[in-house]
Amino acid sequence: MQGEILHNIIAIVTTNPKSVGGGGAPIFYAANEAEREKIALYLSRILNAMVHDLENGTYFLTHH
Amino acid sequence: MRDGKGPLMLENIGAVILGLALGFLYRLYLLRIDYRQYPSYPHGYIAHLSLGFIAALLGAVALPALLAKEYAAVTFLSLAAQQFREIRNMERKTLEQLDMSELVPRGPDYIEGIARVFEGRNYLVMLVALATSSLATFIPLGWSAVGGIIVAVVLSRLKKGKTLGDIAIVRLGRVHFRGALLFVDDILIMNVGLKDAKKMITELGIGVVIEPKTDDARATLANMGQRQAINHEVATLLGARKDFAEPEFTPLCRLNTETGRAALFILPVEPDPELAVLAVRKVPVLESAIRRPLDTIIGRKASD
Repeated sequence: MQGEILHNIIAIVTTNPKSVGGGGAPIFYAANEAEREKIALYLSRILNAMVHDLENGTYFLTHH
Repeated sequence: MRDGKGPLMLENIGAVILGLALGFLYRLYLLRIDYRQYPSYPHGYIAHLSLGFIAALLGAVALPALLAKEYAAVTFLSLAAQQFREIRNMERKTLEQLDMSELVPRGPDYIEGIARVFEGRNYLVMLVALATSSLATFIPLGWSAVGGIIVAVVLSRLKKGKTLGDIAIVRLGRVHFRGALLFVDDILIMNVGLKDAKKMITELGIGVVIEPKTDDARATLANMGQRQAINHEVATLLGARKDFAEPEFTPLCRLNTETGRAALFILPVEPDPELAVLAVRKVPVLESAIRRPLDTIIGRKASD
């Protein structure tokens, strides 16, 4: 993974739009928890990124 | 062949051959007991055996050459040392390249340690050959063979490094979640988001707690390279249930800085907790991770 910018938030998936805003990462709004899980899983597998849970309805993805 | 002298050092040819043979056999033996699973292919063996042969020859020739007043031959020894340093570079480069496609990489510290071992082995071989041929110059061949074997055994003892089981108490830990945070006992491993991943981790994950016995061991465990080596070794021995783009299932070794305890989390292919504990105990302590704060006055004062 040389040359890649590490430890940036590369995507945000949330069911709670109030908890996030601005920033450089795309935000994916999910209608419910099941959809949030699905979007996060897809993004994780495609981007080889780890999904973290902020426990306020928001997941974010980053490289490690 | 030289004018007037006949074949070079004919009177000592037995000593040279014996030294060469023992040195080469020692290299073969060192290749056999490799726990690093490397080199694991025939060409890797051939490369190391042929270099081992050269090392053995150089060691075996040294004293007979000196006695025959062949000083030019002796200077070749120093040239050889230069060559063997290249082995370290060669091994390092190969392993670094291979590491890029490892799911659980060895890490630079471990690679450096392996490269150093491969360089060192040639010097060991040279020493054994030198000792044997020197003995054979003065005492009968049979006895010098015994002497050479004793030297080889002593050297093997000396070069044997410690394993984690020697410096730490290794036991099973409880894998559990507090919210999104994964813990092994009281040691935080990581934050996991996906519910499916959490379920799999609680079902199949194994946690191993590594408790340092001394402050020296604590410093060693704090070394990132050492912990990466633990990940790699255990993943190699038990298998890691992980593919590319599944970062949640990467084995991780994290530290509790308050107690100095480290914990390994792994999702093994072979879900046998006892084997995981055994595997961690067998992990070598990296030379580059050895710290001895207790050998200094300040370190000793800080520890009480």
